[in-house]
Amino acid sequence: MADLTSNFIGIKSPNPFWLASAPPTDKEYNVRRAFEAGWGGVVWKTLGLDPHIVNVNGPRYGAIYGADRRLLGLNNIELITDRPLQTNLDEIKVVKRDYPDRAMIVSLMVPCEEEPWKMILPLVEETGADGVELNFGCPHGMSERGMGSAVGQVPEYIEMVTRWVKANTRMPVIVKLTPNITDVRKPAAAALSGGADAVSLINTINSITSVDLDLFAPEPTIDGKGAHGGYCGPAVKPIAMNMVAEIARDADLRGLPISGIGGITTWRDAAEFLALGAGNVQVCTAAMTYGFKIVQEMISGLSEYLDEKDITLDDLVGRAVPNVTDWNQLNLNYVAKAKIDQDLCISCGRCFAACEDTSHQAIAMSEDRTFTVIDEECVACNLCVNVCPVEDCIDMVPMQAGATDPRTGKVVQPTYANWTTHPNNPSAKAAE
Amino acid sequence: MSDKIFEAGIVPGRLPTEAYGTQFADLHAPLDAHEALVAADRCYFCYDAPCITACPTDIDIPLFIRQIATGTPDAAAKTILTQNILGGMCARVCPTETLCEEACVREAAEGKPVLIGQLQRYATDHLQAQGKHPFTRAASTGKSVGVVGAGPAGLSAAHRLAMLGHDVVIYDARAKPGGLNEYGIAAYKTVDGFAQAEVDWLMQIGGIEFRHNTALGREITLDGLKEQHDAVFLGMGLGGVNALGAPGDDKQGVAHAVDFIAELRQSSDLSSLPIGRDVVVIGGGMTAVDAAVQAKLLGALNVTLVYRRGRDRMNASVFEQDLAASKGVRIVTHAVPREVHGNGSVREIEFEYVDDQMQPTGETLRLPADQVFRAIGQTLTGDGLPDLDGRKIKVDAMGRTSVERVWAGGDCAAGGEDLTVTAVAEGRDAAMDMHKVLST
Repeated sequence: MADLTSNFIGIKSPNPFWLASAPPTDKEYNVRRAFEAGWGGVVWKTLGLDPHIVNVNGPRYGAIYGADRRLLGLNNIELITDRPLQTNLDEIKVVKRDYPDRAMIVSLMVPCEEEPWKMILPLVEETGADGVELNFGCPHGMSERGMGSAVGQVPEYIEMVTRWVKANTRMPVIVKLTPNITDVRKPAAAALSGGADAVSLINTINSITSVDLDLFAPEPTIDGKGAHGGYCGPAVKPIAMNMVAEIARDADLRGLPISGIGGITTWRDAAEFLALGAGNVQVCTAAMTYGFKIVQEMISGLSEYLDEKDITLDDLVGRAVPNVTDWNQLNLNYVAKAKIDQDLCISCGRCFAACEDTSHQAIAMSEDRTFTVIDEECVACNLCVNVCPVEDCIDMVPMQAGATDPRTGKVVQPTYANWTTHPNNPSAKAAE
Repeated sequence: MSDKIFEAGIVPGRLPTEAYGTQFADLHAPLDAHEALVAADRCYFCYDAPCITACPTDIDIPLFIRQIATGTPDAAAKTILTQNILGGMCARVCPTETLCEEACVREAAEGKPVLIGQLQRYATDHLQAQGKHPFTRAASTGKSVGVVGAGPAGLSAAHRLAMLGHDVVIYDARAKPGGLNEYGIAAYKTVDGFAQAEVDWLMQIGGIEFRHNTALGREITLDGLKEQHDAVFLGMGLGGVNALGAPGDDKQGVAHAVDFIAELRQSSDLSSLPIGRDVVVIGGGMTAVDAAVQAKLLGALNVTLVYRRGRDRMNASVFEQDLAASKGVRIVTHAVPREVHGNGSVREIEFEYVDDQMQPTGETLRLPADQVFRAIGQTLTGDGLPDLDGRKIKVDAMGRTSVERVWAGGDCAAGGEDLTVTAVAEGRDAAMDMHKVLST
């Protein structure tokens, strides 16, 4: 078993799997169950000022399903904690006392003034919590009151509030970022210059998951109306990973610790976030879908993977970052062709339909339903691979240097050449 | 356990009265809405899908499954019924394991095809349960067509002709319409009076008159029909049954499997239907399996199905053979009947084993039997029919016979397998050709 012990900005936990600030971490009862199940840490659901907020009394979640009602995406309109501040503080204190080896982070959201922060931070410190996370991401309800993503969408506010918090606590400070912006590097940079110890991302994405076609109202529907919610779950993972990678590979932000969040459901998802530069991960929807026990698969899976690769957790963090680049750095001399494994092919013809109707007419279909790639037409777009229902049936095989690409009639070059030097690029610099 | 289970002879009520309902319950319980969604989601929506090619009626299977998957089962039903007006019955009785589901790429991939038959039933049941008929009749053409036989071929032809605006009269020898759907298929494949319900639903198209107890060669003649109608479709099936060709064939207790099945289907109280203790069914087709399985379900202690060739040559699919075996039917192959023994009533039946070339081996087998069902094929009967091709009516690709203005389809016509779905296709296609001729 690989050692999964995690040290994220000085906060230690037995594994890098934390529960994100969300409904699962709202109460002592839930958090105790989470720790019993094996979670390395929790970010306690966001505390705010009294009088505590209220939630709707109708449905709070909407969902997107895949086959067999597999939950692919969840949308929620729940707000921050709807319990008194002191109740939460008391519970945090006893849970931390009973689970001293687990990470206990407290999420906070108070108005955009220094006084409330000055007031709440000592109260949190007094619980023995290991750190705070600033909720600048919540996209619904709280944002209408000038908090949550309303702060997270203005880098100046992020910097200002982060600075207040750093000035008023000795605890490490994580700034949670909203994805509802155009360039995630800007709020991340603001957090960094405000003194944040780390950023966590992504918070949920503004969304309407579905429309009730009888009521003509978005779901979840509260008495005939719906409001946009925050989207999370497996569906948001690609968006979250890109944002994590954007920060991880930015020269000015390099070294800023990242807690990765967004649709992490399995050990593999977690490993991908870690490889893209996340120092640890936070999970919510997967736990809400399957319960806390999933962490056991995450622990065994990540451990087995690290053992197989013979690398440590720290070795994994950021390992894929150097390979995330801009399009203009991709090697245009790299030529591949699709190849269909006839032994694996089940002759469904999906590759043919996709290529013939929507791509390059590069797959031939015979009378007996044998599907073969026409190298003269294949641009190696990968769509056939993506629509094929059989794993590994279609492969993208690179052409060897020196061979002639039958599509272009050009010899495949052994050298690397990207767009910046391509003759079709008006601003290309000629290779000297 | 009923004390009648061991009683010799052909007696009713071998099972406790309450057992019959369970014994003859639906072979496949209908999919519920969620099961249908899960099953539908497995379809890959293949290009030029092999399942369509494998379906004698060319139902656009990927399309109807996608319509189910997107929550529009009635649209799915219309897709099915457009090609196959008896899609509900075919969903129940088609040997899908040798048709669409055998061709399903997931059968090739993992040995588990998409449940096409059950999905088809889900869609057609969904529509028909609401009493909705998705087709409307065209303006009357003033033409009249006589259809002989209210089985799958005749009903299919009649519906299509009526939909196109022709007036149709269906003549059937029996009291009820449906043909083999009503009289010739195992009860557990079409429970709750589905065959009649489907006919009633089909008749909603309008323009179809049904004349029962009217047989060709008995109450009506082909010449007479030609005089009364602008065109005639023959779809009367195979009325005759083959004899055993072994001495003692006429002993009491020896009967035709088709008659047994028909009697069972028409019975309102299965506990009153007598069945032997030791039943032997001779044959290797669907009728043989239907008879053998139902004999077992009625409480026969020992049921043996005896076929003259190997299992691979049986017309009954492997699924049907396995079904029979799972119900406790013993299958004996490579044996031909030599003599029926017994004093007035059958007591034993003697077989001789034959090799793959059907050559006698001299080895014999005697099976105790108080009831023997022959299921060794049906034949076309009747005089004054159009030219035959072998033992069936000769037809061209459009179903035209040697007689002008007379078409034929279904089991009575040459070509095609003797399946419900094939009959539906032939009836439909003949109707389209008749329409073309009648419109010129």
